[in-house]
Amino acid sequence: VPVLARRIEAEGIPTVVVTMMPDVAEALLTPRVVGVEFPFGHPFGMPHDQRMQRRVLETAATVLAGAGRFGTRVDVDIAWPQPRGEAYKSWQPAEPSPIVAQLLGRG
Amino acid sequence: MRVDSYTYLPRSFRGLYEGATPLEGEDEPVWAPFEKRLADARLTLLTSAGLHVVGEQEPFDAERERQEPTWGDPTWRPIPHSTTQRGLGMTHLHVNDADVLADHEIALPARGLDRLVAEGIVGGATEHDVSVMGYQQAGLAEWRTRTAPEIVSLLRDEGADGVVLAPV
Repeated sequence: VPVLARRIEAEGIPTVVVTMMPDVAEALLTPRVVGVEFPFGHPFGMPHDQRMQRRVLETAATVLAGAGRFGTRVDVDIAWPQPRGEAYKSWQPAEPSPIVAQLLGRG
Repeated sequence: MRVDSYTYLPRSFRGLYEGATPLEGEDEPVWAPFEKRLADARLTLLTSAGLHVVGEQEPFDAERERQEPTWGDPTWRPIPHSTTQRGLGMTHLHVNDADVLADHEIALPARGLDRLVAEGIVGGATEHDVSVMGYQQAGLAEWRTRTAPEIVSLLRDEGADGVVLAPV
């Protein structure tokens, strides 16, 4: 997605990337980054938690419109409400993805 | 507070991401200034959750990915911004889809954006949002040469002043 953001930005349309891996987005030279420490699959937060989702989206809109220079990163200070081990397990698909199965020698 | 990018990543994958470097041809800063007031600006959402409109659009191609694990479907879908809960299907073999299907807003916060618009914080939303499928190991070339220009064309046609992109 950072590459899409860069391509869109290069055509004159400002972008912000909301991501669980802000270090990687920065390394890929993403113009504006909002970091969240959420399990994969949940960039805007917990299902049905409007307040959490709003905080992330509003931060993204603020960074999009207000960042003064390339490479601006703002991390959202919200702790994921589930225990880490539970969240770590539940974001993963029931079956390993094809590439992971292949890397594990099951493909 | 600084986000730890690796909290939820299996330890064995960490090496694939740590020390990431810019792609070839993507090693210079790009910057488009945001000129308008947010309250006058029209925004577009882009998700990599592999969402499609049920009954109207083809799902992303998971079958080919199963056959060719390094391939990811590089196409995209315009998602009408007004699409309501349960109107979307999801194809993404790398994450559990249960939570996104239970509440699309966690990946594509269309109603959340509507609330910001209703409060006058954001000017508006484009007629369509955008969905891609985020697993692109072998497909990045097509994303760069075909998908991105097509998306830019939609953004221009619909008068997008800015885009909020969210990989899953």
